[in-house]
Amino acid sequence: MTLLDPGLPASSAASEGERPRDRGNRFRGGRGRTGWAGGVGLIAVIASLPVLAVVIDAFAATGGDVQWPPRLGHMVITTMVLLVSVGAATVVIGGGLAWLVTAYSFPGRGAFSWLLVLPLAMPAYIAGFVYLYLLDYPGPIQTQWREWFGQDAWFPDVHSTGMAAVVLSLCLYPYVYLLARSALLEQAPATYDAARSLGCSPTRALLRVVLPLARPSLMAGAALVMMETLTDFGTVAYFNVETVTVGVYRVWKGTFDRQSATALASLVLAFALIVILAERLARGRARYLQKGGADRGFTPVPLRGAKAWAATGVCSLVLLLAFALPVWQLVWWAGNAKDGGFSSLLDERYLEYLWNSLRIGFIAAAGCVAAAVVMAHAAKLTQGRGVEMASQVATVGYAIPGVVVAIGVLIATAWVDDGAEAIGISGGIGAVATGSVIGVVYAYLVRFMAPAYQSVDASFAKMPSSLTGAALSLGSMPRQVLTRVHLPLARAGVAVAVVLVLIDALKELPIVLLLRPFGFTTLSIQAYQEASEARWESAATPALTIVVVATIPVLILFRKILPAKALT
Amino acid sequence: MYRKFFGVAAVLSLLLPVLVGCGSDDKETIRVYSGRHYDLEGAFNGFAKDTGINVEFLYGSDAELLERIKAEGEDTPADLYMTVDAGNLWLAAKDDLLQPITSPTLDDAVPEGLRDPQDRWVGLSMRARTVMYNPDKAQPSDFDSTDSYAGLDDPKWKGRLCGRTADSSYMQSLVAQMIDQHGRDKALEIVKGWVANDTKILTDDVTVLKTIDAGGCDVALTNHYYLARVLADDSDFPVKPFWANQDGDGVHVNISGAGVLKNADNAPAAQKLLEWLATTGQNAFCDGNYEYPVNPDVKPDALIEGFGTYEFAPINAEAYGSLNAEAIKVMSEAGYR
Repeated sequence: MTLLDPGLPASSAASEGERPRDRGNRFRGGRGRTGWAGGVGLIAVIASLPVLAVVIDAFAATGGDVQWPPRLGHMVITTMVLLVSVGAATVVIGGGLAWLVTAYSFPGRGAFSWLLVLPLAMPAYIAGFVYLYLLDYPGPIQTQWREWFGQDAWFPDVHSTGMAAVVLSLCLYPYVYLLARSALLEQAPATYDAARSLGCSPTRALLRVVLPLARPSLMAGAALVMMETLTDFGTVAYFNVETVTVGVYRVWKGTFDRQSATALASLVLAFALIVILAERLARGRARYLQKGGADRGFTPVPLRGAKAWAATGVCSLVLLLAFALPVWQLVWWAGNAKDGGFSSLLDERYLEYLWNSLRIGFIAAAGCVAAAVVMAHAAKLTQGRGVEMASQVATVGYAIPGVVVAIGVLIATAWVDDGAEAIGISGGIGAVATGSVIGVVYAYLVRFMAPAYQSVDASFAKMPSSLTGAALSLGSMPRQVLTRVHLPLARAGVAVAVVLVLIDALKELPIVLLLRPFGFTTLSIQAYQEASEARWESAATPALTIVVVATIPVLILFRKILPAKALT
Repeated sequence: MYRKFFGVAAVLSLLLPVLVGCGSDDKETIRVYSGRHYDLEGAFNGFAKDTGINVEFLYGSDAELLERIKAEGEDTPADLYMTVDAGNLWLAAKDDLLQPITSPTLDDAVPEGLRDPQDRWVGLSMRARTVMYNPDKAQPSDFDSTDSYAGLDDPKWKGRLCGRTADSSYMQSLVAQMIDQHGRDKALEIVKGWVANDTKILTDDVTVLKTIDAGGCDVALTNHYYLARVLADDSDFPVKPFWANQDGDGVHVNISGAGVLKNADNAPAAQKLLEWLATTGQNAFCDGNYEYPVNPDVKPDALIEGFGTYEFAPINAEAYGSLNAEAIKVMSEAGYR
């Protein structure tokens, strides 16, 4: 049903896959329901306008006569190789870890169950430059390597698709981990127990029962990861890997031919569609609805001795590589910086950057989640195809590189400006997008609608439609149904959505870089400015602050809000 | 919980216009879009002190800033566009985003060849892209003094070279200049020669220099100020610069420069800033990044003065700008990434 199917820890009871659509239970002619459906239509139009603007502008200007970058075929192949390898690796790492901490008990299991989410707080472009520093020829790892094995000792090529895939997998596996873990917690226990009681070994039960049950979530997680990989620019550029998105940048920055670049961006969109299709195919017709039944959760099998320590070791290793090591390197840089190190934290402008990052993150989160609630609520009320399709359209921005969305916002506002001038309103409308944070917020809404909608919808989808029907037939207005029935039940999904968008917005770079108003600097911009000039020491403090700030909501969410459900 | 949350959201959205407001007080202010950011602030603060005019600046990458200027059109808040590549200035001028300025001060301060013949932009500092080497492994006499860039395709350098990625605008303008100078075929042949010598491609110039130090290669091309920067931290850093092409056309240089935007609200003040930067403010502008002043009356920072004097090849902004795309193709064709 959805591109990035959620199943975040929020979704407890039942559904993975198609929203249960009980056609016989539709309440027709409800008051105000058309209004809600109209709202969804409006959201879809607003959210897809920048994307449309870019595509129309590109093809109108080039007339299809696009300047393709050299080595396009190579780029297409590289993109596919990278997508498949990162997708597969994250399924193995994320799915494997989720199984490990869910089905077994070993030293540190409780802490690992939420610690393993932390790499989510690390922006991939920051992890990218940290790893590159660590791994490159003059970096500490290769230097030590040469000391051990001699000056000419073989070392894997750092600037390679393989190395980029490793780093991206380490940064992105938490998406799969989250989805897989919630699937395991919510769906698998009863069936797993049944399989075990019927004589299956744990491994056999895993392969025959749990894995098929978790497949939709694993695939949804992999799709999410592949979208992130597809639209990533920073990390792949550091590792000199030529993906199609790199091609977009290269054509644009190298030739200043934005129209050709955006035409090429539609190729990125084509890849996104392939990912969506592949996800649907891989998920197959699997629909696993769990009706009733005791949600007792797994009874973890205690691991003993070497096995237990091996489990602890694997979790520690992943956490070390994906989080502790880059964080440690950032701390080291910040501590050794001549200027711009930890002392810059005392600079009042630094507080302003932090405040800007947070402010814009919260506004984006509020906007995205509000829109997501409208869409999910309308879907519940109308249960129509139209609303569902409009919601799909509204979330398309996630599959588009941030900078393309930003350009789309610029073009769309220029259109509005021309329109306004045509009907006689003149004045500063052309600078509306860039004269305030409105442009940035708008682009964030377009870009991050998908994660918000997925988590909110996951919570809505598990509510029985009969509940909505009952509330309506008892005379509630649709708005009352929202505030008194739907929202209270969807609290967990809303919380997850807020956290996801907030973190994404904190980490976001290309949009805020292009659309921000004068004097508006965020932590990500500060980190990028320094990093782009290879001043790692000065980049470390803002980078570290992003990580710390993003960690806080992750902790609150996974330790306070959700533990009762997800972390038993 | 959601009520509280929406409450907070509502308050934030209400505060938005207040918080975002331009923040300018009564002081005269000029606004700069800049593709160059290092230590601009110091220079702008100096200007504010001398003239009482505030400078606000917004950093971004060039392609994006140009899109932004175009999209904002007449409503752009910016007065000045500043960047690090003559090709970018040429492109901005070609797209009719800059206005010509008449300034005897600038004509005096900045030599011809470092400013636009039609006075739409002016260079403010210079950076050279030249040969860097490990003096234990190579000697100045090993390099071709007529065409040092082309000389690196000699098989004697096989396995001994480092380079920066083809995505770097510094590599692009160097290759663009080679195309302009030698023609496409010869330029392609030179780059192919670098590739045939197994040039180790790295992500940034600092890593390139540190790789020379660590023994990963003996020779590379980098911008001069990266070496200065490393030397400022570690005066014993062993890598040395060799000024390329001193018996030929001169070393490849590029400029940081700026132009007044066509739709500037405060063009006179923007011009004043350019004049200040090209005269009184030269050191404030150049020294933080160890660049060479364009103004011949101004001495460079002591650290780079130690690199010695050099002849530089004339800057053909049009070639840098118009041949950049070709340069990318040439590197790609040669297999240089």
